[in-house]
Amino acid sequence: MTARDDIDAVEADSVTPIRDDPSALRLMMRNRGVFWGGMLLAVMVMIALFGPLLTGDPIALNPIKRLKPPSGELFFGSDFLGRDIFARVVYGARISLVVGLAVAAISVAIGLFIGMIAGYIRILDGIIMRVMDGLMAIPAILLAIALISLSGATLTTVIIAITIPEIPRVVRLVRSVVLTVRDEPYVEAAIAAGSRLPLILHRHILPNTIAPLIVQATYICGSAMLTESILGFLGAGIPPEIPSWGNIMSEGRTYFQISPWIIFFPGIALAMTVLAVNVMGDGLRDTLDPRVARKM
Amino acid sequence: MTASADPVLDIRGLTVRLPEGADRAHAIEDVSFSVNRGEIVCVVGESGSGKSVTAFTVMGLIPRRELTPVAGEIMLEGDDLLKQRPRRLRQLRGERMAMIFQEPMTALNPVMKAGEQIGEMLEIHTSLRGEARKERVIRAMDEVGLPDPASMYDAYPHQLSGGQRQRIMIAMALSLEPALLIADEPTTALDVTTQARILDLMKDIQRRHGMGVMFITHDFGVVAEIADRVVVMQHGKVVEQGRAEDILQNPQHPYTRMLIGSVPGLVPPDRPLRGHGEPALSTIGLNKVYGSKGLFGTGRVVHAAKDVDLVVQRGETLGVVGESGSGKSTVARCIVRLVDPTDGEMTISGTDIARIGEGALRPHRRDIQIVFQDPYRSLNPRCTIGQSITEGPMNFGIGKAEATDRARELMRVVGLSPDALDRFPHQFSGGQRQRICIARALAMEPKVLIADEAVSALDVSVQAQVLDLLDDVREKFDLAMLFITHDLRVAAQICDRIMVMQHGVVVEQGRTRDIYMNPQHPYTEQLLLAAPGRDTTFLSAG
Repeated sequence: MTARDDIDAVEADSVTPIRDDPSALRLMMRNRGVFWGGMLLAVMVMIALFGPLLTGDPIALNPIKRLKPPSGELFFGSDFLGRDIFARVVYGARISLVVGLAVAAISVAIGLFIGMIAGYIRILDGIIMRVMDGLMAIPAILLAIALISLSGATLTTVIIAITIPEIPRVVRLVRSVVLTVRDEPYVEAAIAAGSRLPLILHRHILPNTIAPLIVQATYICGSAMLTESILGFLGAGIPPEIPSWGNIMSEGRTYFQISPWIIFFPGIALAMTVLAVNVMGDGLRDTLDPRVARKM
Repeated sequence: MTASADPVLDIRGLTVRLPEGADRAHAIEDVSFSVNRGEIVCVVGESGSGKSVTAFTVMGLIPRRELTPVAGEIMLEGDDLLKQRPRRLRQLRGERMAMIFQEPMTALNPVMKAGEQIGEMLEIHTSLRGEARKERVIRAMDEVGLPDPASMYDAYPHQLSGGQRQRIMIAMALSLEPALLIADEPTTALDVTTQARILDLMKDIQRRHGMGVMFITHDFGVVAEIADRVVVMQHGKVVEQGRAEDILQNPQHPYTRMLIGSVPGLVPPDRPLRGHGEPALSTIGLNKVYGSKGLFGTGRVVHAAKDVDLVVQRGETLGVVGESGSGKSTVARCIVRLVDPTDGEMTISGTDIARIGEGALRPHRRDIQIVFQDPYRSLNPRCTIGQSITEGPMNFGIGKAEATDRARELMRVVGLSPDALDRFPHQFSGGQRQRICIARALAMEPKVLIADEAVSALDVSVQAQVLDLLDDVREKFDLAMLFITHDLRVAAQICDRIMVMQHGVVVEQGRTRDIYMNPQHPYTEQLLLAAPGRDTTFLSAG
């Protein structure tokens, strides 16, 4: 009799679902931060993809038009070799976005793997975390400069150099999530059901790390773009012949007082992109972790 | 029962609206009852009945934007609380009404000394300062029966036991001698012996101060113990109210009758032992020691289970009874090998599984399955019910189609619709989820089923249904069941034999009826005496 009641309850539910779940994507786009940050970032991506097709050659020298201020012909002016700043900034978007996305993706992938192991396999935890503590103690910029001076400045080296110091942060985050989830009764039920380690990690633990990781990835992306520019500015980044935002600013440094536009435009582009990524990250955190959002 | 007809609190036609999109329009609707001076009124109901919303509305602690009182009045000694300004309401809280909460750990500030937290009430509402205030605090702590109040003044909440923390809460609430005390499930988080002492304390203090108490509970044992009058709530409405004896012995409303009928009796039924054949599971000298030497110096060592010997035969239910920290859950977790026992033997179908490695253990995992306490955390929220139930069998090489067929059949066994396999846990109630967990355990075709406080988190009516189901599946699948609980009433009804644990040691075991009728160990006796409402016989389920 009591069983019958419950069947009725379930069947009644199936006629009228308890809640109408909108898709995760739609839920996120409802957040203003995600929407505007995403829009701005999308514009940047479009510029990076198609911009260089429409602008002039970013490395063509034109000694006649050296250090020209912005005009109808040269939108952002020209630098000390007469190169078109507009074309260089548009091209530089590629470098920044590639570095940002690559660093975020690689550090999240590696950090996720190490973090899961550290969090779940207790005997390895101590060793892994001490290594991570060690990595965290090395200043990111110094490590990058050291790596680049050892192996030469290429895009790959720069990406690797920025990725390494980010990994421990991801590992810590993933490990803390794993530690709270591994004691959940549903994980214990899976152990009791004879599930093997890969299945437990993949089905029961991994999905819990996704939301915080997406948020963390946006912050890593933003800070990687900044670090890349800093390295370029210090002359320790991407080779100077490639127009990255950091390189453009570095070269404009000497002429800052007479032609500030050389630094001004790549600076604005960098600030806007990092802002877009961070605003989107904040928005994602609010939608993916509503508990934090309510407290703010 | 010296209540004069002098209401401290008089609630008339109170209606609180829920925000749009909730499962009903009103959290509480047309609620009317009063609390007289010198009387304890118990508000009883299951989860979602609106009893806590009523209490929080009286205290003015509800978020007004989400829960809006739309009709009625709340008269506290003649003042309508709904019409007071926030400033005046703040003054009234503490001075004329006070509240104690369910969870004493979270209700106290962990970084403030216990005495100072009581003192804060006096600081805000009185002109007492310095030594005079401290003296008053110590007197209040003395009154609630805290040992050595002078030194306990400087203790932090984590240094106190659950019972002591609740006494601090009570001292805080009473420090300004309010006319009305609201207690929201104040003993639910406590062990049964502690609960008995706190209930005694509350009765005693209420009598001495002559205040009115609104006591919220879901436990009819507690009602029988403490109430002068009872208000029964369901779905936000008062369905019945009256004198405690009348409600308990002669309930009129069908819902009240159902609730009281669902309370398990404390007298075990007289029935023959149902176990038969070889032991399905036995342990000899099972030990579990937690903690070890730390990296620097020696760490703290806890002997959670000490030389536990137990035998469960097929077809019978062995109850493991004890308070928190008694080691009953540790025993369960060792048997399922969620933790590794430090020492001892555990034999299941002829193999000692206590110390074998994960590889050798795996085939035996099928034989022992467990149902956990918390139905909301026992199922992966991201997996469908079908995935959860079929995961185990598929681990042992059963094909997906076959596993799904079996899952459909098991859903019927546990009283749920097989079509629900495609749905997610959040679409089910607590009781339904616990049924799903039982189905998941049964899918493995186990020999031993462990129920670790499996009905403790459920409302009493649902609890009765899940208990029936557990007993049914034990019978149907000829299971050996290990039933772990702190609730003596539940244990009395479902267990053939009982094992009583205290501080990791089995102090007594034997037939349920023998233990309840004639306890040998003083601790067992103490537990049975502490069971709330033991002198009241509730009408049996009809």
